[in-house]
Amino acid sequence: MTTNENLPQKTLNNSFLGKVLRTQEIGVVMILLVMGIFLTITSDNFLTSSNLFNVIRQFSWIAIAGFGAIMVIITGGIDLSVGSIMALTGLIAALALNAGWGLWPSIIAGLLAGVGVGLINGLLVSKAKLPPFIATLGMMSVARGLCYGLTNGLNISDLPDAFVFFGRYDLPFFGINIPLPVVIMVILAIIANFFLSRTIWGYWIYGLGGNEQATLLSGVNTGWVKLIVYSLTGLLAGIGGLLMTARLGVATPTAAMGYELDIIAAVFIGGASTSGGAGTILGVLIGAAIMQVLRNGLVLLGFPAYWQSAAIGLVIIIALSIDQYRKQRQK
Amino acid sequence: MVNVAEKKPLVQINKISKSFPGVQALDGVDFKVFGGETVALLGENGAGKSTLMKILSGVYHPDSGEVIVDGQKIVHESVQKAQELGISIIYQEFNLTPNQSVSANIFLGREPRQKGFLGKLGFVDRQFALNETQALLKRVGARFSPEAKIRQLSVAEQQMVEIAKSLATKSKVIIMDEPTSALGKEDVKVLFEIIRNLKSQGLGIIFITHRMEEVFEIADRIVVLRDGKFVKEMKVEETETNELIMLMVGRKLDRESFQRKTSQLNNVALEVKNLNRGDKLKDINFSVKRGEIFGIAGLVGAGRTETARAIFGADRIDSGEIWVHGQKVNIGSPVDAVRAGLALVPESRQVQGLVIKQSIERNILLPNLKALAQAKIVNLKAVRTLVGNYINKLKIRTPSAQQQVMNLSGGNQQKVVIAKWLASNPKVLILDEPTRGIDVGAKAEIYAIMHVLAEEGIAIIMISSELPEVLLMSDRIMVMYEGRVTGILSRKEATQENIMAYASGQSSYQQMENNQ
Repeated sequence: MTTNENLPQKTLNNSFLGKVLRTQEIGVVMILLVMGIFLTITSDNFLTSSNLFNVIRQFSWIAIAGFGAIMVIITGGIDLSVGSIMALTGLIAALALNAGWGLWPSIIAGLLAGVGVGLINGLLVSKAKLPPFIATLGMMSVARGLCYGLTNGLNISDLPDAFVFFGRYDLPFFGINIPLPVVIMVILAIIANFFLSRTIWGYWIYGLGGNEQATLLSGVNTGWVKLIVYSLTGLLAGIGGLLMTARLGVATPTAAMGYELDIIAAVFIGGASTSGGAGTILGVLIGAAIMQVLRNGLVLLGFPAYWQSAAIGLVIIIALSIDQYRKQRQK
Repeated sequence: MVNVAEKKPLVQINKISKSFPGVQALDGVDFKVFGGETVALLGENGAGKSTLMKILSGVYHPDSGEVIVDGQKIVHESVQKAQELGISIIYQEFNLTPNQSVSANIFLGREPRQKGFLGKLGFVDRQFALNETQALLKRVGARFSPEAKIRQLSVAEQQMVEIAKSLATKSKVIIMDEPTSALGKEDVKVLFEIIRNLKSQGLGIIFITHRMEEVFEIADRIVVLRDGKFVKEMKVEETETNELIMLMVGRKLDRESFQRKTSQLNNVALEVKNLNRGDKLKDINFSVKRGEIFGIAGLVGAGRTETARAIFGADRIDSGEIWVHGQKVNIGSPVDAVRAGLALVPESRQVQGLVIKQSIERNILLPNLKALAQAKIVNLKAVRTLVGNYINKLKIRTPSAQQQVMNLSGGNQQKVVIAKWLASNPKVLILDEPTRGIDVGAKAEIYAIMHVLAEEGIAIIMISSELPEVLLMSDRIMVMYEGRVTGILSRKEATQENIMAYASGQSSYQQMENNQ
């Protein structure tokens, strides 16, 4: 996945190694590799296909929601409602399933709820001109509130096997079993990467984040672009939410609590710029992987689970400090 | 004035050379400044002006040659050392802290301490600082309080603070790097007053600018550099603009070189009828023909940029009609304007014209993506060809199309903005201050591009604050004053004097039926 060929870069030294070393993701790839090597040496269980796929499955819904979140962040915005959207889509689908709607109508109902919240985010940002932080903070609460209200705070269990299948099925592939959510994540990553790097919307999204005024004066309907981006984020968070719910086999109103921070962290660890205009899908994948490998590693090494949050916070700070250091050296 | 009699320069530079990897930035350049005079240092970007000034102010060390201050040969080790010797530099970007007072800024890093024990503890003698600041502000003729916060001051006033700051370090030579680029007409007058005042106090001023008319107004002596070499030194009385430009770029720029065939001048490309917007624009009427360069002149705030933005749909209008190639178009946003065949090169290329951190390619593509995509997927091959063509056609100097726009010079950045619009085949191209802050060589290239485009039949509207440029390029000139059109002059009628008369509201005529 060469997400970088369309990104602004100095191309004075064109040797292959030079190119690789200058790609944005190189720093985080190194961190991921070092973590992987360290865990392979210190723990017998890390480098097994079952453990690795478990790790990847666990971050797959974070990464999928991250594919949307990064688009918002590239435009210079932020979406705090992604976690709530994940919970809401799962819940709506579960409610529909239990009401006897059938598999696909229920999935579509769930996704429509996700897109709906995203669309409202988009309208609030592009039409009502609310700052994205405020608009999505509000919708984070609204969507979460809907989850509680619709269920009276209770879990919805007994989901049909046909639905749970999406989260639990392993696809046999040359003798290894790849979890279905991982397959879906890879397919969506390829599509999202293509969307961002090769379609006109992708170019507009990067342009909008780099300089909104110049993009508007170039005749691009920037309000429309924002609407698309926030809606897509709702859709992708929705897909992530459905896969998560299918895996758990139960929809709960407190699901995905705090996931918005994991998702946004994955995006920034992956090299997105806090001021917009830069970031890649590959970066999101690696960012999400780093966080989950860290969690997994702490468990394998026998650290109490209570320390996970602090460790993840530290990794975020270290990764971004390295990135910042690199940027300043380039100047 | 005192020092001139002795004819001993404050600063003298002999045979200075400086090279950077791959570039000989300066090659045996001589330069001197006397007390009580203003020297204008001229040259295109890359001529070596900045390098020379950076050597003088201690930022760079020369490879060879000598710097003599007050008759003593010295080696600048640092900016601080140069400051101690009385040489200071005021950069285009000010170095002021916006939330602190004028006095705090002037004494930043050299705060006077109170006497005795309190001073040892680090207590600042505020009263002393305020009194000193007051005296310095008086020397530059400033009327604001030493306690005013920087952010409350206008750009011109902030510049006064910078000048006062350099006086505070007992400077004898002050280098000003394009000090007028951010100032309006009135502010420039004030700055010149300050410069004259400092001159009379015996200081030597080195003045770097791209604006010819300023050179003639303020300089006593002119030094021209080209390609790192000293070209000529002359007294301002013995010089004229054309000669200067020729010395700087090595070729001529005059009206004869921009004679066009006027065959297409019969078809109206753009017609603006009764355009109104609040009190910014009142009843604007004009039309521009195909292949015509239509200048808009006026003072800052006269409504020129507002007219362009209103036509382009960037600002809402209260009433008015816009016709393109004989058809009435509804323009509610820049999206509609682009669809109707209009293009706007905005006033500030960095803020409004370019995505500065992205590549030349992406910038040129921005308005043209729909045309270069099949089923919304961008055709990379078509993109490379198109972008390559425009880089060649407009002579954009860059190692590659992937170069970030922020790494280009101002002139090349402006060419990227023009290129992005040319690729959209506009019927009407609006250029708002197209040559602001770019050097003479690049200016000449932009003029040549405008000339070619007009010959190709594009209607061009050029807004400019530089009258010589408006007169040089325009077929007709519309003059605005306080949101109204006060006159539309033909090439023959237009002179600096009558444009200024219309621009200051001193004369005005009833427009003749929308000018044909």
